[in-house]
Amino acid sequence: MRRPGRFRLPDSGYRAVLAVAAAVLAALAVWFLIAIVVQAKPAFSTLGFSWIFGRVWDPSHGKYGLLPFILGTLEVTAVAVVLAVPIGLGTALALAYLVPRRIRSSLSTTVELLAAVPSVVYGLWGLVVLAPVFRDTVEPFLTSVLGWTGLFDGPSQGVGLLLAGVILFVMILPTMVAISRDVLAVVPNEQVEGAMALGATRWQVLYKVVVPGARTGLLGAFTLATGRALGETVAVALVIGNSPYIAHSIKSPAATIPSLIVNNFGESTGTELAVLFAAGLVLLVIGIAVNSVARWLVWSTAGSSAGATSR
Amino acid sequence: MTTLLDLPGDPTLERRRAVQEAAASSLRRRKLGSAVALGVCWVFLGIAIVPLVGVVAYVVAKGLPAWSVDFFTKSTVPEGIPGGGVWNAIVGTAVITTVAIVVTVPFGLLVGLFLAESDGRVAASLRFTADVMTGVPSITVGIFGYIAIVRNFGNSGFAGAFAIGFIMLPVIVRAGETAFRGVPTSLNEAALALGARKVTIARKVVVPTALPGVITGVLLAVARGLGETAPLLLTIGGNQYLQWNPTKQMEALPTFIYSSSSQPYADQVQLAWGAALLLMVVVLVLSIGSRLFAARLRKERR
Repeated sequence: MRRPGRFRLPDSGYRAVLAVAAAVLAALAVWFLIAIVVQAKPAFSTLGFSWIFGRVWDPSHGKYGLLPFILGTLEVTAVAVVLAVPIGLGTALALAYLVPRRIRSSLSTTVELLAAVPSVVYGLWGLVVLAPVFRDTVEPFLTSVLGWTGLFDGPSQGVGLLLAGVILFVMILPTMVAISRDVLAVVPNEQVEGAMALGATRWQVLYKVVVPGARTGLLGAFTLATGRALGETVAVALVIGNSPYIAHSIKSPAATIPSLIVNNFGESTGTELAVLFAAGLVLLVIGIAVNSVARWLVWSTAGSSAGATSR
Repeated sequence: MTTLLDLPGDPTLERRRAVQEAAASSLRRRKLGSAVALGVCWVFLGIAIVPLVGVVAYVVAKGLPAWSVDFFTKSTVPEGIPGGGVWNAIVGTAVITTVAIVVTVPFGLLVGLFLAESDGRVAASLRFTADVMTGVPSITVGIFGYIAIVRNFGNSGFAGAFAIGFIMLPVIVRAGETAFRGVPTSLNEAALALGARKVTIARKVVVPTALPGVITGVLLAVARGLGETAPLLLTIGGNQYLQWNPTKQMEALPTFIYSSSSQPYADQVQLAWGAALLLMVVVLVLSIGSRLFAARLRKERR
C-alpha cells in the first residue's frame, strides 16, 4: 500500500532515532551526576572534606558535621535488614514450598502487590499507629528483657531508630519476599528430587539444596532491599524523631541523610544548601559502596560454589 | 531384621545393629530439626503477613470514613479549620503523572527498542546506566529536579513531573527491553523476508507482539511514580488551591499525606488517611489491572 507523498523512514533513519533516544538517556544520567557534583562543590571548597566526619550539626554556627546522619542511615538500614533477611527468607521458603498449592499463588500475588504500597502510607501508619504501641508496650518490654545489653538505654519515646528500622523492614519485606520466592521456586526439580532420594528431610532439602542453588538471586534481592532502605526518605523522616545527634541507644531519636535533606531543604540557602547537595552525593556514594559489596559477594560466592562442584 | 542365621554375639550382627540404631537416631534427630526449622518458616510467614495486612486494613478502616463528596470535590482548607477535601491534590497528582507518562513512555520504549536490538559494549553500558538509575535514592532525584528545573523556573508541576519521569524512565526502559526481546526471532525474520523495513517491523510485529509485557511494565512504572513523595517535596512547592496548570505550584496526594500526618489537627490527619487510602487503591488497581491485562492478552494470543 504505497501512498504517494507519504514520508517513509528508511532503516538508517530508524536506527538513528533509536540511537538518539539512547544517547538522550545517557546524557540525562550524566547530567544528573554532574548537576549534583557541581552544586555540591561549594560545600567542599569552603569547608574542605573533614566536615563529612564531623560530629556536630549546628548550621547557625557554621558546623555541618554529617557523621550523625551517616551513622543514622546505616543504623536504620541495619535494623531493617537484620529483621528482613531471616524473616524474608523464611517467608519466601514457606511461600515457595510449604504453603498448600491451592493458596500459594494468591498469597504470593498478595505479597507482591504490597510491594507497590507507597512508602508514605507506611510512614503514616508507623507514626499514628505503631509509635504509641512502641512507646507504651514494645520498647519498655524490650528494655526489661534486653536492657542489660545497653542497647536500650534512655526513655521509651516511640519515635526513633528502632521504629524507623521496623517500618523500613515492613516496607522492604514484600520486595525481598517476592524476588526471593521467584528465585527459590526455579531451583531445578531434579536437584530437589535427588536430595529427597538420598534421604534428606524437607528442611535439609530446602537449606542444603534450594537455598544454595538460589544464592545469587537471593543476594540480588537482599541488595535491592538494602538499596531501598538506604534511600527511603519520607517513611523514615516521619518516624525517626529527627534529632541531629549521634544515637546512644537503639531507642534514641536520630536522623538519616534523606531525612536531613527533606527537613532542611526549604529553609536552606548558600553553604547549607550546598552541604545538603553534598549530603545527597555522600548518600549516592554509600549506595554505590553497598551495591559493590553485594556484587562482590555474588561474584565470590558464585566462584566458591563453582569450586565446590569441581571438587 | 533378624534371620535364623543370626546368632547372639555375632560381631557382624552387632555392627549391623549399631549402624541401624545410629541411622534411626540420626533420622529422628533430622526429622525433629526439620520440623523445628519448618515451624520457624511458618512463624516467619505469619510475622510477615500480620503487619502487611495490618497496614492495609488500618488504612481502609481509617480512610473510608474520610471519603465524602467534599473529600473528592473541595480543596484543602487552612490548617486547624475543619472540613475541606483533597481535590487539589488529586488534580495535582493526575496532572503531574500524566505529564510524566506522556514524555517518558514513548522515550523509554524507544530506548528499550534500541537495547533489544543491540548487543555489545555501548548497549551493555547503557543497560548498566539504566540499572543504576533504578537504584538511585529518590531524594537525590528530587535534588536533581530542584537543580535542573526549580532553580531556573521555580516550583512547578512540571518540575515534579520531571523528577517522577526520571524515576519511571529506567523501569520502562528495562521492562520494554525485556518485552521486545521476548518477541520470537522467527517473526522478525519472516517480516524481513517479506521485505519489510525495520520501522514497519517494529510497528507491526515487535511492538504489538510485545504489548502485554510493555503495558505491564508501564503500569508498574506508573504505580511506582504515583507513590513517590520525596522528589515532589523538593519540586512542586505545594498549593492549597486547585491548580490545573503544571507551570504553577501544585499539591499532590503523597506530599499532602506527608505534610498532614504530623499535624496536630484531627481533621487534617483524617484527610491524610483518606488520601492514603485513595493512593493505595489507585496503585493496587493499576498493579492488579496490569497483571490481569497481561494474562488475558497472553491467553488470547494462544
